[in-house]
Amino acid sequence: MGSAPAISPFVIFLASIFSSNMVLSNFLGMCSFISVSSEYKTASGLGKAVALVMVFTTIINWLIYHYVMIPLGLDYLRFLIFIIVIAATVQIIEMVMDRYLTDLHMKLGIFLPLITVNCAILGISLFMVIRSYGFWQTLLFGLGSGLGWWLAIAALAAIREKMAGKELPRGLEGPAITFIITGIMALAFVGFSGIFVVM
Amino acid sequence: MTVLFTVLSLSFLATILAGIVVVADYKLNNYGVCKIDINDGTRSLEVNGGSSLLSSLASQKIFIPSACGGKATCGLCKVTLAESAGPVLPTEEPYLSAVEMESGVRLACQVKVKHDLKILIPEEFFNIRHFRTKVEEVKQLTHDIKQFRFRLLEPETIAFKAGQYVQIDSKPYDKVTEAVSRAYSISSVPSENNIIELIIRLVPGGICTTFMHQHVKEGDEITFAGPFGDFYLHEGGDELVFIAGGSGLAPIRSLVLDILEKNLDKKMKFFFGAVRRRDLYYYDFFRELEVKHDNFTYIPALSGAVPEDEWTGDEGLITDVVVRHVPDAEGRQAYLCGSPGMINACVQVLTKIGLPRDAIFFDEF
Repeated sequence: MGSAPAISPFVIFLASIFSSNMVLSNFLGMCSFISVSSEYKTASGLGKAVALVMVFTTIINWLIYHYVMIPLGLDYLRFLIFIIVIAATVQIIEMVMDRYLTDLHMKLGIFLPLITVNCAILGISLFMVIRSYGFWQTLLFGLGSGLGWWLAIAALAAIREKMAGKELPRGLEGPAITFIITGIMALAFVGFSGIFVVM
Repeated sequence: MTVLFTVLSLSFLATILAGIVVVADYKLNNYGVCKIDINDGTRSLEVNGGSSLLSSLASQKIFIPSACGGKATCGLCKVTLAESAGPVLPTEEPYLSAVEMESGVRLACQVKVKHDLKILIPEEFFNIRHFRTKVEEVKQLTHDIKQFRFRLLEPETIAFKAGQYVQIDSKPYDKVTEAVSRAYSISSVPSENNIIELIIRLVPGGICTTFMHQHVKEGDEITFAGPFGDFYLHEGGDELVFIAGGSGLAPIRSLVLDILEKNLDKKMKFFFGAVRRRDLYYYDFFRELEVKHDNFTYIPALSGAVPEDEWTGDEGLITDVVVRHVPDAEGRQAYLCGSPGMINACVQVLTKIGLPRDAIFFDEF
């Protein structure tokens, strides 16, 4: 952390998908990750929507941070401002989709309001500030994290779908086994580290 | 100074963002005037696109039944779209059967009006209005059941079929911040068209029943929409069996009085199930009715009578009592109103004693 290390945006992109995956290494965005992962189709829809929103909000937040907040010395307000910007962005994305991308809106529309309060989205914006990313780093960081979140929830949902109906000890049913799966997945994703180093 | 600057800059930023959202909403959500054609040209409406079909219709005084107010949680606002308006949304799926999806049924609250639409709705929906009323009388019937009489202010009269229900709008009270609308059957007769009476049992924790029982006084203004429902007298069947429990007496009272008033040639038996003597209400009323009319019999039954009730009438579960009085139900019609448990048990028993399923009508709550 600290001053901007010259990490290639491409490395950040790959790292944020795999070794520094938002869910599996930072455990951000857990609530929807656990609750909307019982069906592959729905989970994948949510994943796509999160990826889409992540890219847009990180870019917009980066611009606002560097061209509005820093010049005005409002750095300390970033939590509040980022959240407001995310909420507004999601609203506008939903309206644009509803108007021009009707098919996509049918598939992702119901997830969009949910995403406003997904902490992974806010997390990305805060990380980009802490890590002092530049524009291209931020863009690929947002894109990579979005794809990583999508990959993680889609994989989890696929595993849960395969497990549906299998007999489990009573205490392990539902969220309990989901957390265990998540933990094992997180371990597996740690295996990617060393290939790309971020931070 | 810092505080002031913080507040100002935050407000400024929020205002700009809100402005952008409002402008976007105005530009993007503007679908111009859309035509809604109802029942092949019976009615044709022009509405501003961009809102849900449910609210667009309501703005033109056509009320589709909806208990949740457009949140896709009650599944009541079904309409048929003659031409597709996009795929069924995941929010609607739980409420639509495969056959319904095939035939274009959608939830009106989930369909957004973006272009001209052709829809089919039951004819009686045209009759549904929103009423403003004054509470004229509140009467305690039993320890947990009250009767409310509403005088209609606007419109001044209502046309309904005996057995139908209305949806009362509650208002926020105490810690309840939301306003809900809940369905209650009308217990008065259709011929008295400038008032309605409802019988409401206090459900512990119920938002609307608590509102009605503890916060509504005589003289208050209350609004409701209606009439709704297909629990009314159907063709066929000269001998009718009515079975009710708790506040399920309401629609049955309306049906019985309506039939007697119209002098229809029907024989009626009315079974009313309660636990103790104190749970019986309108007892003298139905006893008198029985004396005045040969074709009406009233059979109250207690399932948990104790000695101090001094009860000499029928005892036992309502299903057993029905079988005792109606050993063979063939050729009759049955109208049931009560809890789901009571209704299921009664439907089972009635089919066993020879009543076909399509001669049994019920209103569950």
